[in-house]
Amino acid sequence: MFALDDHLVILPILLPLATGSLLLFVNERHRSLRAIISLASAFVLIIAAALLVYRAGLVEEAAGELIATYPLGNWPVPFGIVLVADRLAALMVLLTAILGLCALLFALARWHAVGPSFHSLLHFLLTGLCGAFLTGDLFNLFVFFEVLLAASYGLLLHGSGSARARAGLHYIAINLAASFLFLIGVALIYGTTGTLNMADVAAKIANVPAADRGLLEAGGGILAVAFLVKAGIWPLGFWLTTTYAAASAPAAALFAIMTKVGIYALLRLSLLIFGDAAGASAGLGQAVLLYGGMGTIAYGAISALAAQTTARLAGSMVLVSSGTLLAAIGLGNQAVLSGALFYLVSSTLAISALFLLVELVERVRMEGADILAVTMEAYGDDEEDEAEQEIGSVIPRAMAVLGIGFAVCALVLSGLPPLSGFLAKFAMISPMLNPEGLATPNSVTPQAWWLAGLLIVSGFAALIALVRTGINTFWATLEEAPAAVQVIEIVPVLILLGLCVAMSVMAAPMLGYMDAAAQALYTPAGYINDVLAAPLAMPEAMP
Amino acid sequence: MELILALAIGVLTACGVWLLLRPRTFQVIIGLSLLSYAVNLFIFGMGRLRINAAPIVHHGAVDSLAFADPLPQALVLTAIVIGFAMTALFLVVMLAVRGFAGTDHVDGRER
Repeated sequence: MFALDDHLVILPILLPLATGSLLLFVNERHRSLRAIISLASAFVLIIAAALLVYRAGLVEEAAGELIATYPLGNWPVPFGIVLVADRLAALMVLLTAILGLCALLFALARWHAVGPSFHSLLHFLLTGLCGAFLTGDLFNLFVFFEVLLAASYGLLLHGSGSARARAGLHYIAINLAASFLFLIGVALIYGTTGTLNMADVAAKIANVPAADRGLLEAGGGILAVAFLVKAGIWPLGFWLTTTYAAASAPAAALFAIMTKVGIYALLRLSLLIFGDAAGASAGLGQAVLLYGGMGTIAYGAISALAAQTTARLAGSMVLVSSGTLLAAIGLGNQAVLSGALFYLVSSTLAISALFLLVELVERVRMEGADILAVTMEAYGDDEEDEAEQEIGSVIPRAMAVLGIGFAVCALVLSGLPPLSGFLAKFAMISPMLNPEGLATPNSVTPQAWWLAGLLIVSGFAALIALVRTGINTFWATLEEAPAAVQVIEIVPVLILLGLCVAMSVMAAPMLGYMDAAAQALYTPAGYINDVLAAPLAMPEAMP
Repeated sequence: MELILALAIGVLTACGVWLLLRPRTFQVIIGLSLLSYAVNLFIFGMGRLRINAAPIVHHGAVDSLAFADPLPQALVLTAIVIGFAMTALFLVVMLAVRGFAGTDHVDGRER
């Protein structure tokens, strides 16, 4: 009995894996065939992810928090690996699929032909990302992390060049070291609880003897360091801006979600394993997340103001976004978390669009400069005045679209009304200052004041940095020639920014979904029960 | 036996970390390899040390104390394969940087 419904959970892993492998066997010369296969797969992935989210939205509160569990190989749950799709996981898979499609569309214009196997690497990266979001097993999480990292090493080096190779060397060394920390953490947790299933670990953690508790908490801490390196927390995130600035535009657009994988894993594990039910270990490391996150916001904001190139500015925006999310998780308030999830989606979309825009803008600048230099050489100086007068009156169309896109990006990232960035920051700051709800008098903790202040100041810093770049790019270069920007490169940017606008319009249902997701994260009992009681496919078929 | 294993892991980790912080790419890669050995031994140790016990539980076996824990062995196997692949990949990038920069300094230029 094959029903798509039963196997929907594993589709986001198998589909890109199969596509990536298939594309390895299609000759590089059949460029359009490869593009068609790749695009079709990315479309189907979005549909599957949207179905997952749709079904997640349908789940009644009473019927448990989960959408689906999928025991791989049909092994009973604590022994076999299980895939789990709840609201948060489904949302992250959808976000991954959207970024994947946009990066792919953008790359079709020129980047996919620059080096070998771009399509395969992109699909393997999607496999690793979806797998990391969907798995319910710690060691399986490690394996999917390695899959996505291996693909990301390849994508980072795509296009080659000295800067990419050097950034790649640092990136790989840091991530290999972080992977070893990951393994040590997993081994410590296995050694003290005797299981690797996340739900089973959470169920057993209260019974860990006091003598082993130190080891267990050390394991949790070491594991968290591995995720924090990926999330780029200060002071473990110095690699991030250089690496992201060196990557080609479609790769960097996809990398925007890679820091979110670390944040997702932290969110999942800290609330599931070290939640209120964990006995003496409850709330392990919350303070580190809060202060580390605040440090990251400050560092990201300063780095944005000091950025010399637009690509580094975009990298700094990644840091600010990561720091905001980490601090919001560390605050330990369900309503703040719900706003933070909204912020996660909105900022990831906007940063991804910014990375794509940066490439287009830089290209306009460089080609414009090239053409100007050529003209001056060929015709001498007297032509120059005429050219300036002529083009000064007409803003090239591509530049106008890029400029509007950049303005939308700046609005979302700095958190100004009316777009989703403002709504996200409002949804985070409001419960920070009213932790008990609006009706009752509130006592606001100093940390919440600091965080709210930092969020606003970092938004202001982002605004200054982005507006400065925007003025230098779009207002000061009017004399340059129209940009050679293809439609297929503008479309993904417009899709991403259109989604940000749609999020502002559809904020109520989106926030409702985030509320339910945050509530499910803060009441892990439903998750644990559902995973441990996951039904097998054919329980009575075996004699 | 515990002491020997602990000493081995400790020495490997110490050497690995020291080499990882050195300025030459070759030292970094050897450091990463040593670290991976240490981590693999550590995972092994987390399944409890047991001598002369098979990691296979046959059908009908009741006494779990007579067997070694098979799971860490499977984990180590996976970790070795992944670590090996990543080291190979790192080696390729290292050679590429050597080719681009003409030096084996990790920053691509001599100080």
